[in-house]
Amino acid sequence: MINRLMMRWLMLMSISMLVCMLLAANLGAMPLSLRTLWQAPLSDLAWQIWLTIRLPRVLLAVLTGMALAVSGAVMQGLFRNPLADPGLLGISSGAGLAVALSVVLPVSLPPLLALWLPSLAAFAGSLVVTLLIFSFSRLAQGQLARLLLVGIAINALCGAAVGVLSWLSNDQQLRQLSLWGMGSLTGAQWPSLLVCALLIVPALLLVQTRARRLNLLQLGEEDAHYMGVDVKRTQRQLLVLSALLVGTAVAVSGIIGFVGLVVPHVMRFCLGSDHRWLLPGAALAGAILLLLADTLARTVVIPAEMPVGLLTSLLGGPWFLWQILRQQRGLNE
Amino acid sequence: MSEQLQARGLRFCRGTRTLIDDVSLTLPPGEMVALIGPNGAGKSTLLRLLTGFLHADAGECWLGDRPLAAWPREPLAQRRAVMRQQNSVTFPLPAADVVAMGRAPWPAGNCQAVVQEVMQLTGSAPLAQRDYRSLSGGEQQRVQLARVLAQLWHDDGPRGWLLLDEPTSALDLYWQQSTLRLLHQLTRNGRFSVCAVLHDLNLASLWSDRVLLLHHGQLVAQGAPHAVMTEPILTRWYQADLQVVTPPAQDRPQIQLRP
Repeated sequence: MINRLMMRWLMLMSISMLVCMLLAANLGAMPLSLRTLWQAPLSDLAWQIWLTIRLPRVLLAVLTGMALAVSGAVMQGLFRNPLADPGLLGISSGAGLAVALSVVLPVSLPPLLALWLPSLAAFAGSLVVTLLIFSFSRLAQGQLARLLLVGIAINALCGAAVGVLSWLSNDQQLRQLSLWGMGSLTGAQWPSLLVCALLIVPALLLVQTRARRLNLLQLGEEDAHYMGVDVKRTQRQLLVLSALLVGTAVAVSGIIGFVGLVVPHVMRFCLGSDHRWLLPGAALAGAILLLLADTLARTVVIPAEMPVGLLTSLLGGPWFLWQILRQQRGLNE
Repeated sequence: MSEQLQARGLRFCRGTRTLIDDVSLTLPPGEMVALIGPNGAGKSTLLRLLTGFLHADAGECWLGDRPLAAWPREPLAQRRAVMRQQNSVTFPLPAADVVAMGRAPWPAGNCQAVVQEVMQLTGSAPLAQRDYRSLSGGEQQRVQLARVLAQLWHDDGPRGWLLLDEPTSALDLYWQQSTLRLLHQLTRNGRFSVCAVLHDLNLASLWSDRVLLLHHGQLVAQGAPHAVMTEPILTRWYQADLQVVTPPAQDRPQIQLRP
């Protein structure tokens, strides 16, 4: 009964996502309505724009939104903490630092490897920080304040290191770095999109197969153990997968904050805490949110465009403050 | 099923302290055992060794024909369940979902029916749709009890070993009685075994078949309630000024503190 209700929600969200994708692909500096496309021949400029610029960008927004939202949901489930988020915990900036290193450090690689290098670097960076945070969280017994302090320290450290790298870089690298730090989906091209999809889609599916175990972990590590879960292994796998998701998203689109925090939160409110439904729900909602944000970022200052990461942070920051206030009030009552 | 849960010469150390010192015991099916002892005697530690969560520095726990550590996870979880003193949950979760988690080691199927049955038995059915976090301590304990029973449930009732760490600590008199009555009655099927850490000696005396008295990590007395719960034994190990009264027509002594 509940399952049917959840399926209905997910269906509804899938349809909304498809509608948003169509809308997002049509809007922009040059509006391309479905009718225009329908009437134009395939060789027309309209189709060119749609196929080489709009479509990859829309797909990248979907993938990145899914990756960020799902990794946020997984982190919150693993840390059993509603404020765990790849951005706040410093995982995104760890990935950012690694990507900055790969941009600035003089390494020459064959083209195929060069294409993968930012993704690999981002993955390595996010994995290192994830493991660091996780070992800290076990020492701190999951105390939120400590964990966020660790996140702040890591954020500051990575920020400073990226600063040093920017200082060392030449003009072109500098521009690349600073734009990248604001988070933007402008780099959407078919080859990078393909790399992204090859990493993100399997990771999403693998995370989904562990949804039940993630549910059991909500009772605590010891109880999950008694119910037959290999706790350490499950935690390790989920951490690596969410680091992979964040790392890949960060590698192609820079740092886009708060999606991983806001989306799972809202979805938990709508769908409940069962990860079997929460994870796909978060994926769909993350895709929708980033599609909308990116479309807004592209259209609000035509013909220029705003980095979408700035937009999500502008919207997410106040929301986060409101959450903290609300929690505080809950504690005081 | 003639399997037994057996501990052989368990020793467990943390740093320089020996928390469990050469403990051997057997939990046959169909028995209700109470584990008692003064504060810091190592009751919870012993329980965690028996569950396989902690690994002994010496000695071994055996379940049936092989050591606990050699059991694959799921078959083990189908045979032994554990209820801890406290559980905290971060996210909103209906109580029925918590109970349903107990069915995790089993293939899906009659999950709903089992959940309903155990929630009925433990008196937690009216709580099914409430958020677990909003329940009182006692209500949470009833839900947890339902969960661990669900984990061991077969068509004809529970089978296997249930280990509980102070399952009645937050319960009022009515629920203490009905919970321990339930556990005692469930063990009468001969396939289900209960081992509970109990602080309240009177409860231990009323419902257990056998009492294990732990002191400084050693098993210092064991046997039927009337054999262990005597004035000399309890005074010696608890250091309390107490008297033991056995109501007529019962062999279940009750302990009273002297003012």
